[in-house]
Amino acid sequence: MSIYLVKRLLHLIPTLIGVTLFAFLLVAAVPGDPAQIIAGESASEEEVQIIRDQLGIDKPLYQQYISYVTNIFKGDLGTSLRSSKPVLDEILLRFPTTLILTVMSLVVMIIVGLIAGIASATKPNSIRDNVSMMISLFGISMPVFWMGIMFILLFSYYLPWFPSGGSSEFKHFVLPSLVLGLSASGILARLTRSSILEIVNQDFVRTARAKGVKEKYVIYKHTLKNALIPIITIVGMEFGVLLGGAVITETVFSMNGIGRYVVESIQFRDFPAIQGSILFISTIFVLVILLVDLSYSIVDPRIRYEN
Amino acid sequence: MEIIENVVSQKEVVAPAYVPRSPWKMMIQRFKKNKRAMIGLYITSLFVILAIFAPWISPYNPFEYNMKALLQAPSLSHPFGTDQFGRDVLSRIIHGSRISLMIGIVGVGISIIVGVTLGTMAGYFGGILDSIIMRIMDILLAFPGFLLALAIISILGPNMVNVMIAIGIFSIPTFARIMRSSVISIKYKEFIEATKSLGGSHLFIIIKHVIPNCIAPIIVLSTMRIATAILTAAGLSFLGLGAQPPSPEWGAMLNEGREYIRAASHLSTIPGLIIMLVVLGFNMLGDGLRDALDPQMKI
Repeated sequence: MSIYLVKRLLHLIPTLIGVTLFAFLLVAAVPGDPAQIIAGESASEEEVQIIRDQLGIDKPLYQQYISYVTNIFKGDLGTSLRSSKPVLDEILLRFPTTLILTVMSLVVMIIVGLIAGIASATKPNSIRDNVSMMISLFGISMPVFWMGIMFILLFSYYLPWFPSGGSSEFKHFVLPSLVLGLSASGILARLTRSSILEIVNQDFVRTARAKGVKEKYVIYKHTLKNALIPIITIVGMEFGVLLGGAVITETVFSMNGIGRYVVESIQFRDFPAIQGSILFISTIFVLVILLVDLSYSIVDPRIRYEN
Repeated sequence: MEIIENVVSQKEVVAPAYVPRSPWKMMIQRFKKNKRAMIGLYITSLFVILAIFAPWISPYNPFEYNMKALLQAPSLSHPFGTDQFGRDVLSRIIHGSRISLMIGIVGVGISIIVGVTLGTMAGYFGGILDSIIMRIMDILLAFPGFLLALAIISILGPNMVNVMIAIGIFSIPTFARIMRSSVISIKYKEFIEATKSLGGSHLFIIIKHVIPNCIAPIIVLSTMRIATAILTAAGLSFLGLGAQPPSPEWGAMLNEGREYIRAASHLSTIPGLIIMLVVLGFNMLGDGLRDALDPQMKI
């Protein structure tokens, strides 16, 4: 297990270099002089020069990248141009909101998606299967911002059960996580169904049935256990969808999370903030994928030995 | 008896029971039998027709202000109501279909061209080239899709062309991966070996044999990706980072309409329903194409 873990952690290095390089190039690739854009058309040469020094864009690119990565290791993601505060502080202030929202949505997604997927796969081509897959298809096709607005209209305007915005209390998270979780559960349901159906047709399931194992055990013990790996993979990938969806959901529900921070930063052209938040979210996503990979070896011990 | 005699004496030609059919004809037959796929085809065709004939179909000018008809609920003269400037929502929706379909098709077109080229190169040549291409794709996949689109928009600036580029880039890794795995699955097949031994160049083999044999999953993926592209573009415009007002882009319309949610909820409801309908259409079409081409396909 420890060799597997080390190997997997080593794999992480090139990905993280790539992620930092991309975040770095993001600002370097801005057409024209970023300092001039930030300072505005009417800024004097001195003002532009100050911003240029702040960003360090006079130096060659590779030097800029090295100092950028060194700063990341020191916990310095730059200074927000809008608030003049360290970007990392701004992100950490908003991170709990985004984390709670994504985790709650993940729970909603897993419960709804798995139940719908299993319900479909255990009776393929039945009415139950068709209805559940049709609902999933609608879920996949529904824009998450529209679903958010409709939920606000229904559950906070017509039926005043939940607040329509904010992020200070638990009740603020109910509607957004339902919206985000439900909209992501469609894909999970479809993929759970196809993963289970693939396993159901394999020999060992037929053997289990032939030797008289009860249907309940065939599904839960033999099939579902083996379908876990593709399902966990999908859940991991869907976490990325949730992080992306959080950007929209936080905006619709006026929540003070990283997603909304990114949107505001783009509107204000606050490059260090954009760069920092994108780096932060992608690093989290990369770590989640790592956790998913590591969980394979717990679910299926063969993977440890093969590697 | 008479028929048999005729046949034996070769007076009459009898059509053989076995009619040779091409795989494409069989695929079309399977597709036609699938109700959901046909509904998907009808929905997408409807929007394509709306987009092409928008200026002739729409009852009003989508940009024309009418201060006498502000925020009107749906009625006979304005089936989808009017917005805060008195503009006819139906006409705006019809014109908006041009924008959404164009983003979907151009955006996905960019990803097909780049993704298929990279995937084919990686799969066909293998080795270091494969490793380099696929590592870059892995890095792109390390960004949550929507965030990648946001990042690209933040560099290029918020407008429609940049939305297409952003959407094009964010689907590239998916196309490259699917193409690579299909190419690997056929590159050692006999017919490729045969062409090689006859002296066919790599370019000839790729264009004449590899791409046509790997195109099925790409067709399915493109259809589904158009749906994702339309949703993403609408999301970006909704955040104010895509199409800018007064553009009748559906996401942008929803964003504008959101302010009047209490006074005129149709401004928020209708564009969302339309987005859902067109995305649903493309998803159903994609599902149907997959089932008709190869139900075992993993997309």
